[in-house]
Amino acid sequence: MFSWQATPLRPLTLLGMLIGVVVVLALVLGIVTYLIYFERKVIGWMQGRIGPNRVGPLGLLQSVADVLKLLIKEDIIPANADRALFLLAPVIAFVPSFMVLAVIPYTASHIFTANLNVGLLYYIALSSLTILGIVMAGWASNNKYSLLGGMRSAAQMISYEIPLGLSVLGVVMLAGSLNLVTIVQHQATDRFGWYIIPQIIGFVVFMIAALAELNRTPFDLPEAESELVAGYFTEYSGFRFAFFMLSEYVYVFAISALATTLFLGGWAGPFLPSWLWFAIKTSAIIFFLFWVRATMPRMRGDQLMSFAWKVLIPVALFNVVLTGALSLIG
Amino acid sequence: MCALRSEEMILNVGPQHPSTHGVFRLVVTIDGEQIVDADPVVGYLHRGTEKLAEDLQYVQIIPYTDRLDYVASMLNNYALCHTVEYALDLEVPARAEYLRIIVMELQRVASHLLFLGTYLLDLGAMSPFLYAFQEREQIIMLFNEICGARLTYNYMRVGGVQWDAPPGWIEKVRDFTAQMQKKVPMYHQLVTGNEIFLNRVRGIGVISQEDGIAYAMSGINLRSTGFNWDLRKNRPYSIYDQFEWAVPVGKNGDCFDRYFIHLQEIEQSLNIVAQAVERVPDGPIIGKVPKLVRVPAGEYYRGIEGARGELGVYLVSDGKDKPYRLKLRRPSFVNLQILRKLLIGQSMANLIAILGAVDIVLGEVDA
Repeated sequence: MFSWQATPLRPLTLLGMLIGVVVVLALVLGIVTYLIYFERKVIGWMQGRIGPNRVGPLGLLQSVADVLKLLIKEDIIPANADRALFLLAPVIAFVPSFMVLAVIPYTASHIFTANLNVGLLYYIALSSLTILGIVMAGWASNNKYSLLGGMRSAAQMISYEIPLGLSVLGVVMLAGSLNLVTIVQHQATDRFGWYIIPQIIGFVVFMIAALAELNRTPFDLPEAESELVAGYFTEYSGFRFAFFMLSEYVYVFAISALATTLFLGGWAGPFLPSWLWFAIKTSAIIFFLFWVRATMPRMRGDQLMSFAWKVLIPVALFNVVLTGALSLIG
Repeated sequence: MCALRSEEMILNVGPQHPSTHGVFRLVVTIDGEQIVDADPVVGYLHRGTEKLAEDLQYVQIIPYTDRLDYVASMLNNYALCHTVEYALDLEVPARAEYLRIIVMELQRVASHLLFLGTYLLDLGAMSPFLYAFQEREQIIMLFNEICGARLTYNYMRVGGVQWDAPPGWIEKVRDFTAQMQKKVPMYHQLVTGNEIFLNRVRGIGVISQEDGIAYAMSGINLRSTGFNWDLRKNRPYSIYDQFEWAVPVGKNGDCFDRYFIHLQEIEQSLNIVAQAVERVPDGPIIGKVPKLVRVPAGEYYRGIEGARGELGVYLVSDGKDKPYRLKLRRPSFVNLQILRKLLIGQSMANLIAILGAVDIVLGEVDA
């Protein structure tokens, strides 16, 4: 295994790092482009539609066309908006979504990612920075719908950070490490195999909290189209809007990758190369997220909050206690 | 807690808001997410149908009724024709009556399907909308075949209907009915049992029976309160007394009851259609009607059970070929009046659930 931290910083290593960063960014951007396509196709099929099929063969270039369209759109800044915050918000929402990707171990040899010993903590800490961008966007737009959407997001995402954090605690206790690579390696040798089996409660809580963190159905209140028009990004257009969209889909990918790493044994698997195993498992979780979107209606704000505080957090705490008790016994 | 004072905010919902189903505007005063006051503003789609009708011969008014409740045009057609027939004391041939019943009940199914789809879309569930529209599309295609239009049919005439069913049409309706009857349980499975959905609609927007009557509500909104009032049974018109069917009635008057009765009414309407297609007699499709319809001087009122409630036509004639005054009792408009009372004290998220369940069509509200 190759570790960046063990090597001294020389021009050549720096170049290697830069190449690595660019490759990961390009890969993720490509993946995200096709995630949007994939989502539209999957939901289309579930609803008896065809989905995008006009741009390019099988509609494969649809997302590319959409991004291009957003690029050439007029960049509108509302007259009464707080200009500085308005411009800064999409960047703040967007940057952490890419930063969290640094610690995800995609392959067994993970040459492009950081082997951080607090990887999990890093992920959770950084991903909560996005809320700042969303609240800023809601405030700076000077639009009532945006403000309501921003406030809803803040309340929701902060509430669901807690069960998300607690649900992964069981995994950390089993693996005895916050390092994502170590967690994956532990799953290969653990007597139960993947942590989804001993940590099934944690997995369920994690998936629910992840849906809420992603602002996806049934927790898509912040952008509840039928109530708040488009929520916090109502006033955004063109590429600033694309930044929000993009960060959302990068998070879909990131959280699925995290779930794969924590609960599904990461890259491990027989016969196939490790990156392929990782891709298969991540895609399965992404598909699940899309499936939920095609099935569920939206929850109501107060119900959402009471669900987090009265159900999810106690269950996650119980899981922590249970995991501790079980590992004490045997 | 009085030291903590929060400021109220006025939010203008509509007229171009995704959930107001057309051009309906609602000025809500909110305190946080709680609604303190709600002021509905209507009239954006006003076309003056009633005034226009005073300058038109009776047959010429029919296409204008298409544009009232534009998702249930057949029923509007019937309301006008039925009133004129009542005023003229006209006999309608049996075949025409059967064709009317079939298209009207199919129209009711189509209209309720549209309600289900858009209501669930408002609540954030996307798929039922598309499923409902696929079903509705089949009904629209059937209508297209019988009268050549998909939405504004202009199908009925004083004394009968304009077109006879093309060959094979009755069989198609029979097939569709059988197929649709099997699909209703699918909606129950997908939506009715969903815990999130139930949490959103149960106990929300409760209309008490007294309020329902005091606000002159009708249709599903009134029946959801437990008051059994369906004009097809209570003031029978056409040939509804010849069919076996039930009136679904709710218990609590909440949004869930209104949703649930819509589904049950779809079943009942299909039931009526299934019986009607078996018995369609042969014969003329339009009765002996004078070339120029002149309603004898007087005042006439007939109400029918529209898709949204009592759809009434009040006709004042001075014996000419045009009405002296034509007043339409539009159920959407009447049902809308309770909205303010229902909304005060609710949260913004409930606003959509309540407004959606009252089920208005702006073409009808604004006439």
